[in-house]
Amino acid sequence: MKIKIEVMLRDAILDPQGNTIKKSLNNLGFKNVKSVRQGKLIEIDMVSNSSTKEKKNIEKMCEDVLSNSLTEKYKIKFLKNK
Amino acid sequence: MKVAIVVFPGSNCDRDIAWAIKKISGYKPDYLWHKEKNFRNYDLIILPGGFSYGDYLRCGAIGSHSPIMNEIKKRSQKGTKIIGICNGFQILTESKLLPGSLLQNENLKFICKKIFLKVKNNNTFFSKKYKLNEIINVPIAHMEGRYYCSKKTLKELENNKQIIFQYCSNNGNIKDTDNPNGSTRNIAGIINLKGNVLGMMPHPERCSEELLGGENGINFFKSIFESIN
Repeated sequence: MKIKIEVMLRDAILDPQGNTIKKSLNNLGFKNVKSVRQGKLIEIDMVSNSSTKEKKNIEKMCEDVLSNSLTEKYKIKFLKNK
Repeated sequence: MKVAIVVFPGSNCDRDIAWAIKKISGYKPDYLWHKEKNFRNYDLIILPGGFSYGDYLRCGAIGSHSPIMNEIKKRSQKGTKIIGICNGFQILTESKLLPGSLLQNENLKFICKKIFLKVKNNNTFFSKKYKLNEIINVPIAHMEGRYYCSKKTLKELENNKQIIFQYCSNNGNIKDTDNPNGSTRNIAGIINLKGNVLGMMPHPERCSEELLGGENGINFFKSIFESIN
């Protein structure tokens, strides 16, 4: 089972990389870009195929390691098996 | 006095700080590999600067889960003095041994230069040899040094005098223009509530002999040695 975990800085946290990308896009003529936030995408392949069984485990990974709850938020997406 | 320096894969200030300690105190520190789980008692444990685990994921995040960290958490509760410098500070916040977090510098640059610090609390194990509000010149070298904490934590840090060092101008003004990385309240170094764990981004070991361009870091080490002995 594959899962994708999206980690983003919390809304209140300044994201200088996102701001720089936004300015660059505006300078390139993409004037409609109002704001940019940049995050991380982590793809994990689990041994188990049961999302219900693994949910708690994956949440624990996100809380303990993959994100810092003070500054970041995360979303878990379970990908369908091929 | 027994001092240990923890070595993570990617630490690169471990030898520098060992040199400074030996030179100033005469004691030779032990190196502890990050996989150690059982080790003798130490008066002081140092998490040095560097790039533990290549700064992958988040600075200090993987290092904070190294096997040695469980024992360091236990020792900190027993009162062992613990210092984290630069990457060591990042590991201490990721381990929740200190509040807050260290984010990418506001200007997105790796900043390597000497800055001015104001000693905001000299009533600690780590700063007693400095005068209150003394201005010292110390190098920084980091990409992720923007200290961030919640408003509640900030209030606690201020009320409990846990802010030890703040970035300032050469005459001691604490303004945004003297804040190299965008840290909340110009914070450069804090201690825990109990007073035995210190984290700081600047490198006192890099200014502890004239040959390196300054001696303002000597009193940092002297403070600790005097507290322990």
